Parts: sequence; structure tokens; C-alpha cells
Amino acid sequence: MSEYDSDIEAAIREDHPALITYITAGDPSLEDTKAYVEALDRGGSDLIELGLPFSEPIAEGQTIQAAINRALAAGTTPEGFFELVDDLETEAPLLVMTYYNMILQYGVSEAPRASDSDAASPRNEPDVRPFVERAAEAGLSGIIVPDLPAEEAEPLRAACDDHGLDLVFIIAPTTEGERLETIMSHVSGFAYVQARLGTTGARANVSGATHDSLARLSEYDVPKAVGFGVSEGDHAAEIIEAGADGVIVGSALVEIIADADTPEAAVDRLEAKARELKRGARRGADSITVDPEDTPEPEQP
Amino acid sequence: MSTERERDDERRSNRTGTFGDYGGQYVPEALMPALQELEDAYERYVLENEDGFMDEFRERMRDFGGRPTPLQRADRLSERYDREIYLKREDLVHGGAHKLNNALGQVLLAKYMGKERIIAETGAGQHGTATAMAAAHLDMPCEIYMGRTDVNRQRPNVYRMRMNGAEVNPVEAGSGTLKEAINETMRDWATTVERTHYVIGSVVGPHPFPQMVRDFQAVIGDEIRDQIQEKAGRLPDSVVACAGGGSNTMGTFHAFVPDCANPRFADGSSGDGPREQVDLYAVEAGGSSLEIDESEGVAPNSATLSTGTDGVLHGAMTKLLQSTDGQIMESHSVSAGLDYAGVGPELSHLVETGRVTPASVDDEDALNGFHRLSRLEGIIPALESSHALGYLEKHTDELGDLVVVNVSGRGDKDLETVLEETEKRDLEAAPDVEVFDQ
Repeated sequence: MSEYDSDIEAAIREDHPALITYITAGDPSLEDTKAYVEALDRGGSDLIELGLPFSEPIAEGQTIQAAINRALAAGTTPEGFFELVDDLETEAPLLVMTYYNMILQYGVSEAPRASDSDAASPRNEPDVRPFVERAAEAGLSGIIVPDLPAEEAEPLRAACDDHGLDLVFIIAPTTEGERLETIMSHVSGFAYVQARLGTTGARANVSGATHDSLARLSEYDVPKAVGFGVSEGDHAAEIIEAGADGVIVGSALVEIIADADTPEAAVDRLEAKARELKRGARRGADSITVDPEDTPEPEQP
Repeated sequence: MSTERERDDERRSNRTGTFGDYGGQYVPEALMPALQELEDAYERYVLENEDGFMDEFRERMRDFGGRPTPLQRADRLSERYDREIYLKREDLVHGGAHKLNNALGQVLLAKYMGKERIIAETGAGQHGTATAMAAAHLDMPCEIYMGRTDVNRQRPNVYRMRMNGAEVNPVEAGSGTLKEAINETMRDWATTVERTHYVIGSVVGPHPFPQMVRDFQAVIGDEIRDQIQEKAGRLPDSVVACAGGGSNTMGTFHAFVPDCANPRFADGSSGDGPREQVDLYAVEAGGSSLEIDESEGVAPNSATLSTGTDGVLHGAMTKLLQSTDGQIMESHSVSAGLDYAGVGPELSHLVETGRVTPASVDDEDALNGFHRLSRLEGIIPALESSHALGYLEKHTDELGDLVVVNVSGRGDKDLETVLEETEKRDLEAAPDVEVFDQ
């Protein structure tokens, strides 16, 4: 039994420093996704985010956009996604990361249709509850919605609260002052700290904005995980050393999937990459408590 | 002026950025501080005329933009339809479309806000062109995102943007139209938000854009209101405008929304006495068919108000062309400027509540509208505006005795498309285009 109400918070606190991994569900197929999630779980992921693809992913860089396009071309649907989650048995809690329209439309039965041009179309009633109910039933622990700021989040928050799901908010480098306080008062699970302005995508370094954001958040007692641009064990070490409780890695893993010649090769490389990142995170945590002179050499990926 | 007063009342009651169930701010957190900064600047400079912002804007629109534009009686159309037809000549605004009203307003606002760089999306290229002109006029660096398909079908506008010193970035993703261009511009903005202003080109996007763009465009309807009373001695029975995202539509309609027998819209407190009813028709692109192909994710039209369903796209809750799963459809229209799967949230609201009648005109009727106006009145309209003229032909009996049609832009940019599409069809209003090349 955990002392925490939230599976997600427990995973980050108890497996500190935490590795949070992301891949797009359905890229290149839901069957492959199942094997990939299991590989990330074996490699030491403490939380796994699964992207439910939406056709207009405005917060994503090119890597994840391409993955989403592949997943949609393969016919990935929300119901197929939930069936995959039904089948998954992982040690790491699972979150879904998707855009708000996907949540609103789930369970709306009325298809758009041509209507008499003299009459307004029949009203469909977008509602977040069917999605949240199905997510809880499938065993997901939380939801992240990149295009849902705190101001618009009340209906989804209420539904998540009713079903025991965490709703994770993103803290951007531009989030300061009153806004920061408001969002931090809503945080459940963990605060997703956006390392830099812009879109998702693997980058070659850790940005200065990461250090600034972690400094701004240091007074808040919630787990903080940093994502957007993290791709290597050394980044993970640096971020944990800067005070984060976890690192979030997505594009670097999606690239492995895109570049692998076979699904089997992708499975092996994903597991190895997760291990490298988890080791890097641990190294960062260790260096906080040891003399910097004793820091081991960074490992080669 | 009464419409100004009504607008102030509405602004006071509409500070949350919603129109009934529509609107809002569905954007990544990184953009929220910028939206709040913009909202603050919009309220101070646009609504309260701080530092004489609106005075400067109006003066520049007069001297640089060529306002006011005429409201012209269309003699031969009036004869053809046996009623009074007036054309609002937004095609005469500098640059050839109504788009400058908003582009100049926003670029000037960005300058007042101390921003250093302008970015914008464009579909047909009219908004990109207007933004590039405004940025050159006000000495601001400017980058335009434009879908690859649109770059290929709207070449003249690409050249014009580059002539004005703007950088044009073709967007290869998806179907290479407006939707993809907006996605890419939003990504740029999320990266550069601290020093960049994103000039959204229509009444779409997160609050305050739909309201702010409408306010910059509302000059169209304000002028019509005065001009028609001067020329015809009364308000029109109907006002017809084409609708893609809806900026010329809302700009044309805004002054007339209260002119309604339904007390929900008529504002009895304005002291004007009983209201005359002015019917408002938003004409969308019916494309080749109003049926959608869910399995292919394609809508062969852009008739969002007539056939769309509620959802969230590009920062707002509005009507959309989408699959039952919530994926956004690829829309279609012969007119690049109407080719968009979403529509402004305020227009969605006005349709939902019955104040605005949504309508659609297919590619063929729009092309006939284009040729008819060109030959009968000596005005070559944009393909976008041609949809409004197509509606006039088909539904003239429903429109009453006094009708105003907004000619939102001129058609120079569309000549190649029109020739190509006309050759494929047997159009009643078209000349013999085969002799054009001889």
C-alpha cells in the first residue's frame, strides 16, 4: 500500500528520480505499441505516457507530428487505443496524452452530416465524461492535455476527480506569478515542467529555462518532471541535479521507432534507451549527495 | 452612433471571451501569458483608445487603406433580380480585399505593444498579403506561413508578399492548406512568443482574437449602415456575405446583429425605438458536395456552419468539419480563402441561436457568380465573394426588396483558377474561355 492517493505521485516519489517515457499509440500499429510499452516498462520507466493521436497536434514538433500521422494512417481510433490499454499490464502507471477535441468527441454518437442548407445542423453535445469513464475503466492513471490551460479545465478536472484520475498541467517557461500559483494549486500527480519554449522534439542540450523554471517551482511541494527536448542520459542527470524529481522523454523514443528496421529492433533499442535514461537520472540524484569530483564519467549511449 | 454604444455594452458583458457555448482559450500554457498580454492591450488601445491608438488606426486606414469603401448600387443586377441590390466594395481596399482592416489594426497594435516581429498564416494569400503590406508600412519584420497547395494555386499573392519584404514559408504537412498553415504559425508563436505577435487572419483562434478581429473588421458594417440609409433611406432587408473563417462575415454583420425582431438580439435599451428586421446570410463553400467521406477523412466542401459539429480547433470551441472520433477533416473549395474546416466561434453562436442563416453555394454556382458580376457590372470579384453572388442568384426571392452583398475582395488572384475550372465545366454565365489564349 502506498501512502499516496495518486498512483502517479507514488511512482515518482517512491522511484525517485523518475523516468517518464512517451510514445504515440498506433505508430506504426497498436500491436507494435503494446510491445514497445512493455519494453519501456522493462527498461525502468516509472510512468508511461501514451499519445492518443489527434490530426492537429499544435504543441508537437516534427518527430511526434510524423508519428501521429503514421498512427492515423494506420487507422488508430480512440476505441482501439482503449482496447490496447485494457490489454496492457505494466508496472509503471499509464497516462494518456491527447488534445481536448479527442476527449470532447468520445462517446458523441452523432456523426456530422449534410443537412438542409436552410436549417442549422443538429446539435451534438460534446462531453468529457465518457472519455474519462472509459480511461478509468481501462486502467489509466492520468490525463495530460497540451491545449487545455487551467482556465478551461474545470469540466475535465471534475470528471477526473470523480474517477480518481490525475489531470497533469504543463508549466511553461512563461508561466509566472499569479498564473503559476493558480496552476500549482490545481496540480495533481506531478507538475509537467516544459523545459523550453516551442514544441516537443529531441534537442542536443538542456536549456537555461529549465534551471529557471525549477528555481521558480522549488517552494512547491509537488513532484516536478521536466520534458521538451530531453534525449540523453546526460540530460537526465543534469535535470535531476537541477532539482527535478523526474525527466520526461518522448521524441527521442519516437525517433527510435521511426528509424528501426524491424519492430523487434525497436523493442531492444527502446529498452536499452530507457535504461540509459534511468541510469542518467540516478547519476544526477547521486551527484547531489556526493562530491562533484567523484562523479562517474558519462556513459556512451 | 448607436452601433458603437451597443458594441460597448456587449464588450462589458463579454469579457470572458465566449459567445454562448463557443469561443474560449484552448491553447498550450506557454501561450496563455501572451494572450493575457494581448487581451490587456486590446482593451486599452482598441476599446479605450489609449494613446490615440484608434485615431491613428482610422487615419491610416483612410490614407493608406483607402477607406471608406463605396456602397454601390448594382444597376444591372438590380434589373436582373427586380429588386434593389447594393454592393459593398471591399475589393477596393488597398491590397484588394477586406483583410487589410484587420492586418493593419493588429500590426499597429503589435507596434504599440513593443513587439519586434510579426508572423501570420494565410490561405488564399489575401491575409498574408495584407499583413506583409501592413508590416512594410509600419516597418516590422514579417514571416508568413502558407500551405504548399495554396502556394501553388495563389502564386500572385506569394510574389506580392515577397515584394513587400515578407518571408514566405511553405508548409508541406497534410493537405497543404490553411489548417496546416495555422498549425505551423502557432508552433512558431509558441517558440518566439515573448517578442512576436501572431496576426490571426480571421475571427478564429483563442480569445481575444475573434472579438478583436471582428472589431477591426466592423468598420464594414458600420459604413454600410450609414451608406444604405443615406442612399435608400432605410436599412436593408438582407445582408449577404461569404464565410470561410468569417472575418468579412462578422465585419459585415456586426452592426446589424441587433436589428432583429427577436428581443434576444434587439437591444431595446438603445433608445432607437422598434427595430427593423435585417436578415443575415453567411454563405459558405459547398464545394462539390455536402456529403463527407468519413473513411477518407475528407469533406468535399467547407460548409462548417451548415454541416459541422461542435468541437475545439485552433484555440476555440466552434463548429467544425470532423469525424465522429474528433479528427479534423480535410476541407475543399474552389476558393482557397474559404477552404477551412473551422469557423469563427461568434458566427457559430449566431447560427446556433438563429440570428444568422447559414447557407452554401457549390463550386459551379460560385464560378457562375464570378462570371456574372464580371460581365454585368464590370467588377471581377474574388472567388470567395463569388459564393455570396451565387447565393443571390439562387435565392433572390428570399432576400426581400433591398439587399446588400459584401464583395469582400477582388478576383485578380483567382484568374488562373477560374480559367482552369471554367474549362472543365459548361457554365451558363461564363464567356468562351478557349479564345482567351488566341
